[in-house]
Amino acid sequence: MRSLIKRHPYERAARKTLKRAPRDPAPSKWRYRWQRWMLTRGVRTTLRIGTPLLLVGIIAGVWTSKPENRALVTGKIAEVQEAFQNRPEFTLTSLDVIGADEQTVADVQTMLPIEFPVSSFDLDLEEMRATVEDLYAVKHASVRVGDGGVLEVDIVPRVPVAVWRENETLRLIDEDKVVSGIIETRAARRDLPLIAGKGAYAHLEEALALFRTANPIKEDVRALVRMGERRWDVVLEGNIRLMLPEENPVAALDRMIVINDTKDMLSRDIAAVDMRNPMRPVLRMSSDAANALRRASGRGDIN
Amino acid sequence: MRDLYESQRAMRQMRKAAMQRGVVAVLDVGTSKIACLVLRFDGAAVIEAEGIGSMAGQSSFRVIGAATTRSRGVRFGEVNAMQETERAIRTAVQAAQKMAQVRVDHVLVCFSGAHPRSYGLDGSLDLDGTAVTESDVAQVMASCDVPDYGEDREVLHAQPVNFAIDHRSGLADPRGQVGNTLATDMHMLTVDALAIQNLFFCIRRCDLEVAGLASSAYVSAMASLVEDEQELGAACIDLGGGSAGISVFMRKHMIYGDAVRMGGDHVTSDISMGLQVPTATAERIKTFYGGVVATGMDDREMIEIGGDTGDWEHDRRTVSRAELIGIMRPRVEEILEEVRIRLDAAGFEHLPSQQIVLTGGGSQIPGLDGLASKVLGQQVRLGRPLRVQGLPQAATGPAFSAAVGMTLFAANPQDEWWDFEIPTDRDPSKSFRRAVKWFKENW
Repeated sequence: MRSLIKRHPYERAARKTLKRAPRDPAPSKWRYRWQRWMLTRGVRTTLRIGTPLLLVGIIAGVWTSKPENRALVTGKIAEVQEAFQNRPEFTLTSLDVIGADEQTVADVQTMLPIEFPVSSFDLDLEEMRATVEDLYAVKHASVRVGDGGVLEVDIVPRVPVAVWRENETLRLIDEDKVVSGIIETRAARRDLPLIAGKGAYAHLEEALALFRTANPIKEDVRALVRMGERRWDVVLEGNIRLMLPEENPVAALDRMIVINDTKDMLSRDIAAVDMRNPMRPVLRMSSDAANALRRASGRGDIN
Repeated sequence: MRDLYESQRAMRQMRKAAMQRGVVAVLDVGTSKIACLVLRFDGAAVIEAEGIGSMAGQSSFRVIGAATTRSRGVRFGEVNAMQETERAIRTAVQAAQKMAQVRVDHVLVCFSGAHPRSYGLDGSLDLDGTAVTESDVAQVMASCDVPDYGEDREVLHAQPVNFAIDHRSGLADPRGQVGNTLATDMHMLTVDALAIQNLFFCIRRCDLEVAGLASSAYVSAMASLVEDEQELGAACIDLGGGSAGISVFMRKHMIYGDAVRMGGDHVTSDISMGLQVPTATAERIKTFYGGVVATGMDDREMIEIGGDTGDWEHDRRTVSRAELIGIMRPRVEEILEEVRIRLDAAGFEHLPSQQIVLTGGGSQIPGLDGLASKVLGQQVRLGRPLRVQGLPQAATGPAFSAAVGMTLFAANPQDEWWDFEIPTDRDPSKSFRRAVKWFKENW
């Protein structure tokens, strides 16, 4: 109601504030619910942790959405990486090949195209090891970064056990039937037995067993020849052939050695000993000896 | 009655669940104010200090939020305008939650109105010389004669007050004792069902679950009566805004509860009518200058009534304090007389001790203890609620005794009827089990 009495403005202003009815502080239903929701434990935790995370995520996302920023980051990372990898502690200056002969060392050095100095981070040691192991002469290799900037290649070479001649080529074979090298002449590896003939390679174990059996006459053995892809001939000094049977050649050879020990067979002038039938060894004399025999018995020469 | 029995059971479960979660609110829906306290239960905190004994279970919780708001839409302690009450509850709960910084889902509610009416029940059971078991206790309580308290009423409290075996009475816990007859006395308090329904509805509209109900006369007595008063017999008069709750305690159990539908608001309206001032002004004058005993000094103490009509003469009226007291005193006397009548009807004079404790906001009228001792008897004192942990200073006055009592009720309530086992013959699963047992024993 409008006052009938004129009041001083100050008084009126003072009254206005006084007159205000006590405000009803009741929250609206939705405000109440909102507050309760905000006080829920899960929501509070989510807000306290999630909001800063989201903020940081948004800032990072916006910043990286520009390509120049991404380039900056990757460039910086590469730079730091480069600087770290090129530190002298990681620099390799030389290659050291251990445990191989000169030929293999030279092969390894040509096969690993490394230009020193190089950082050890830039080398793939596993791949290098595979490369080295691809060499015939290498049985097993390990590559590691050694002290003082040396790249050490440790090699276990293949040990040849025989020389295999095929088509006038002399190959070295090791126990695993792996060809580990080629030699120019037989004289280069006089210490190794020679095998030859078609199918010789496939029966290497048998040949090696024969060589072991022939150990007492080792000085005389020149080669082992596979005949007709089924049996072995032992070729001795003076082109004497010991023809071994298809079945159980080791026993036959053993027997022959025993005969040799007792009868001194090999020092005689013979051309071949035929043991193809082990029950009935046959001795073939050289033509000179045969002629001499014939002459002695008065029947004349054969030719 | 079955219905409320079940719902009271459900509320007990809910209270347990809420305590497990650690946070529960108590709500005192009064006529002049609505108070909300948020409690946190975090195990028994051991307080090491000189002169502090066992805290009787009060140390297990802490008040972490407290708020009061002017009540709206409540008259005589009952919901009168649903929307307004709902808004008022929402205000109090929101402020308390904000202070506690935690969301509250369960509330324990107390209210003063709804025509409480108390009944004494008794029942007995033949024991045949065997020991009393839990199911016997349930059985004897089920055997109580329930009076016809009316269709539209609900049981609010039903507490076993006393157990007797043969001629030994006054047993608190009869289990394991041997005798021939087990008898019990129970106190049952019923209230208007509609009033409870309205209150439930208001609270549910605030997205809260009711985890317990109590009469405010009962809980304010729990807060303001000291232990020996509860033991020896005392009455607590909770002078509220719209009603004055009465509860009589004996051996630590409430044995009578009632409410006089008059309170501080009636005093205010008397002043408002007598002095021709708005209710708000009358309330202010009452709280600042009110009293019930006039002295010679009061004739000379003039009170500016004030006003905002624009009429200079009208706005500058004054009234002496003696006149104000002359308006207030008859009404206060009337309230106390009414209380006296109720106490007489309850047989209060037969109790061994007749201590009367005045509490509630109305007990703050200066000189009330003198007047009350003239009306009610010699042993009158003014009661303030117990101190509980974390209670703000503003909520330690006698106006908060119901709210504080409610916290004690929340922490360790007394066993009520529905806390005991369901008697075997009422529970379908158990009666089947009993049949199986009978077969086993007889074959």
